[in-house]
Amino acid sequence: MKLGILGTLSLAAMLISQVALAETVKIGFVTTLTGGAGAIGNDMRDAVELALDHLGRKMGGSDVKMFYEDDTFKPAVGKQKTEKLVKKDKVHFVTGYIWSHVLLASRNSVVGKGPFMITSNAGPGPVAGKLCHEDFFSTSWQNDQTTMAMGEVLNQLGIKNLYIMAPNYAAGKSMVKGVSRTFKGKIIGKDMTKFPAQLDFSAELAKIRAAKPDAVFVFYPGKHGMQFFKQYSQAGLKGEIPLYSAFTVDSLSLPRLKDLAYGSLMTQFWAPDLDNAVNKRFVADYRKKTGRYPTFYAAQSYDTIMLINSAVTAVGGDLSNKDGMRNAMRKANFPSIRGPFKYGNNHFPIQNFYLRKVVKDADGNFTTSIVKTVYTNHQDPYAKDCKMSW
Amino acid sequence: MNWVLLLEQTLNGFQFGILLFLLAAGLTLIFGIMDLINLAHGSLYMMGAYFAATFTQWTDSFLLGALLALPACMLFGVILERIALRTLYTRSHLDQVLATFGLILFFNEFVRLIWGPIGLDIPLPGLLSGSVELFFGIRYPAFRLVIIAVGILVAFLLYLLVSKTRIGMLIRAGASNRQMVSALGININLLYTIVFGLGAVLAGLAGLMAAPIMTVEIGMGEEILIVTFVVIVIGGVGSIKGAFVAALIVGFIDTVGRSFLPDILGLFFSNDVADTAAPAISSMLIYILMALILAIKPQGLFPPKGA
Repeated sequence: MKLGILGTLSLAAMLISQVALAETVKIGFVTTLTGGAGAIGNDMRDAVELALDHLGRKMGGSDVKMFYEDDTFKPAVGKQKTEKLVKKDKVHFVTGYIWSHVLLASRNSVVGKGPFMITSNAGPGPVAGKLCHEDFFSTSWQNDQTTMAMGEVLNQLGIKNLYIMAPNYAAGKSMVKGVSRTFKGKIIGKDMTKFPAQLDFSAELAKIRAAKPDAVFVFYPGKHGMQFFKQYSQAGLKGEIPLYSAFTVDSLSLPRLKDLAYGSLMTQFWAPDLDNAVNKRFVADYRKKTGRYPTFYAAQSYDTIMLINSAVTAVGGDLSNKDGMRNAMRKANFPSIRGPFKYGNNHFPIQNFYLRKVVKDADGNFTTSIVKTVYTNHQDPYAKDCKMSW
Repeated sequence: MNWVLLLEQTLNGFQFGILLFLLAAGLTLIFGIMDLINLAHGSLYMMGAYFAATFTQWTDSFLLGALLALPACMLFGVILERIALRTLYTRSHLDQVLATFGLILFFNEFVRLIWGPIGLDIPLPGLLSGSVELFFGIRYPAFRLVIIAVGILVAFLLYLLVSKTRIGMLIRAGASNRQMVSALGININLLYTIVFGLGAVLAGLAGLMAAPIMTVEIGMGEEILIVTFVVIVIGGVGSIKGAFVAALIVGFIDTVGRSFLPDILGLFFSNDVADTAAPAISSMLIYILMALILAIKPQGLFPPKGA
C-alpha cells in the first residue's frame, strides 16, 4: 500500500515534469502581410508552414505555436508588433523581418529582453557589427555581401563606368556601399530614390540615358523592382545598357516580368536550383504546396524554423536553457537550403555567393539558375566591428 | 547643362503633371462642389487600374479594356456615392475623413479578396511598349506620350463641359455657392451624383493609364493621393483650371528637382552631403511650394469666383 502511494506520487511527479518540459515553443514572425509587399510575407509564411510540416509540427517533442504579425511595411508598426510579441505573447523567438528599417526599429524591443531574435531577411550593417548581440542570429546575409559579389562580377565583365540606383533607406544605402567596396571602375552616376513612395523612375532613367554608362546596377526589392524593369524596357534602355541587379528579380516578380527579365544577371547566396538534398526537397515540396517557385525570402524563412528546431532539440525542449540553445545555434547544425555553413562571431552566416541568371525551366516557367560561384565562404565586412567571440 | 536631358525631364514632368491633373480635377470638383473630403479618391484610382487589368485580360486588348473600365468606374462611383457617401454630406469634415479613410481600408481588403494579394499587370500592345524618337534625338517612351495626349484631350473636353454646357454651368455655380443653387430649385442630389461619377471616371482613367508604367497593386492610390491634395491646395479648391496649372507645376518641380538637385547641391557641398540631402530635399520641394502658396495666397492660385 505504502509502495503504491509512493508509486503514484512518483508517477504524478514524472507527469508534471513531462508537462513542464513539453512547454509549447512560441515563435513570433514579423513580416509584411498587407499592401503591395504582402505577397512577400505570404511567401515567407508558406515556407514557415512547410518547414513545420517537415518537422511534423513538433520541435524536440514540444508543440509549436506561430504568431504571425503584419508590420504593414512601417518601422513604427513593426516595433509595436514586436513589443506585443515579447510582452503579451511572451514568445521564445522573434523572427521574420523583411525590411532593414523595420528590423533596426524593432531590435531593442527584443535583444536583452529574453527572447532570441532571428532575422529571416534584413541584414543592416549595425546589427552585424557594433550592435551584434549574443541573442541575435541571422539566417540570411548581411546587406553589403550580395552587392560586394556583384561588384566582383562587374569587374570580371570589364565594366568601367557604372550607374547605380537604389531606394533611400537603410538597406539601399548598405547595398550601394557593398558594390562600391569591390567595384574597381568609376561610378559615374548614383540616384537614391524616395522609398517606398517613388514608383515612377522616368527622371532617373532619362539621366541614365544621358550619362551613357557601360552598365546599370539597381537594388529595388518587391514591387519597386518590377516597376523598374518595366520602365527600363519602356524607355528603350533594355538591350542598350546592360542592367544588373540584387534582390530585385525574384520568384514573385518573374511570373509577371517574364521576357522583360529573361537573361538578367544578379548575385545571391541561393537559387532554386542550388544543388543539395535539403534544397531539392524544399523547392519540390514548396512548389507542390503553392504552385510557385520559392523566393529567397521563403528559403531563408525555412532555414529560420530549422535553426530554431536545432536549438530546441539540443536542449530537449527545455526553453529555459538559453545558453544551451545559443550554443546549439552557433554550430549551425541543421539542414540548410544553402548546404552546410558556419556562423561568424557576429552570428551571421559565412557562406557562398553565386551569380544567377533568369532562365526558363522545362515547363516554360521563368526561374533563376546558378551561373557560377563568385565568393566561397564569404564573411561580411562588419564582423570585425563585433566584439563578441565564442 | 545638357539640353536634351532638360527637355526630356520637362516631358517627364509634364507627363506626371497630366496624371496628377486627372486625379486632382475629380478631387477638386468633389471637394469644391459637394464639400466632401474624399480620402477614398485614391481607391477609385486603384479600381480603375484593376478594372482595366481585368477587362484587358478578358478582351486581350488594352484599348478595349480601358474603354470598358471607364463606364465601370462611373458605375462604381455612382453606387459608392449613393450607398456610402450620401449620408456624409451634412456631417463635419472630421467625420468625412474618418469614414472615407475607412473606405480606403475596405477597398484594399475588397481588392485582396477578389484579385488576391499579388498585383496584376497590363501588357501594352507592341507599338506602345517601346520608345520613339522625337526631335533633337530625344528618345521617349511611346506610352508616356499617349498619356500626355490623352490628358490634354481630357483637359480640353473638361473645359468645354464646364464652360460651354448647362451641366457645366451648374457645376460652376455649385462651386461658387452651393446653397443658392439648391435654393433655385436645382436637383442638387442629382448634381452631386453626376459630379462624383465624373470624378470617379477621371480617377479611374488616371489609374488605368498609370497601371502599365507601374503595376496594379493594392494601395497604389495612397501615395499619389497625398500629392493630389497638394495640387488642389495650390490650385485653389474647386477650380479645374487651378488643378491643371498646379498639377503641371507640381509635376515639373518634382521631376526636375529629382533630376538636377543632386548636381546642384554637389556644387556647394561635399559629395556625401549632397547624396544624402538631395533625395530628402527633392521630395520636400512640392510641400515647400505648397507652404509658400498658402502663405501668399491662402485660397490657392485660382480660387473659384465667389468662394
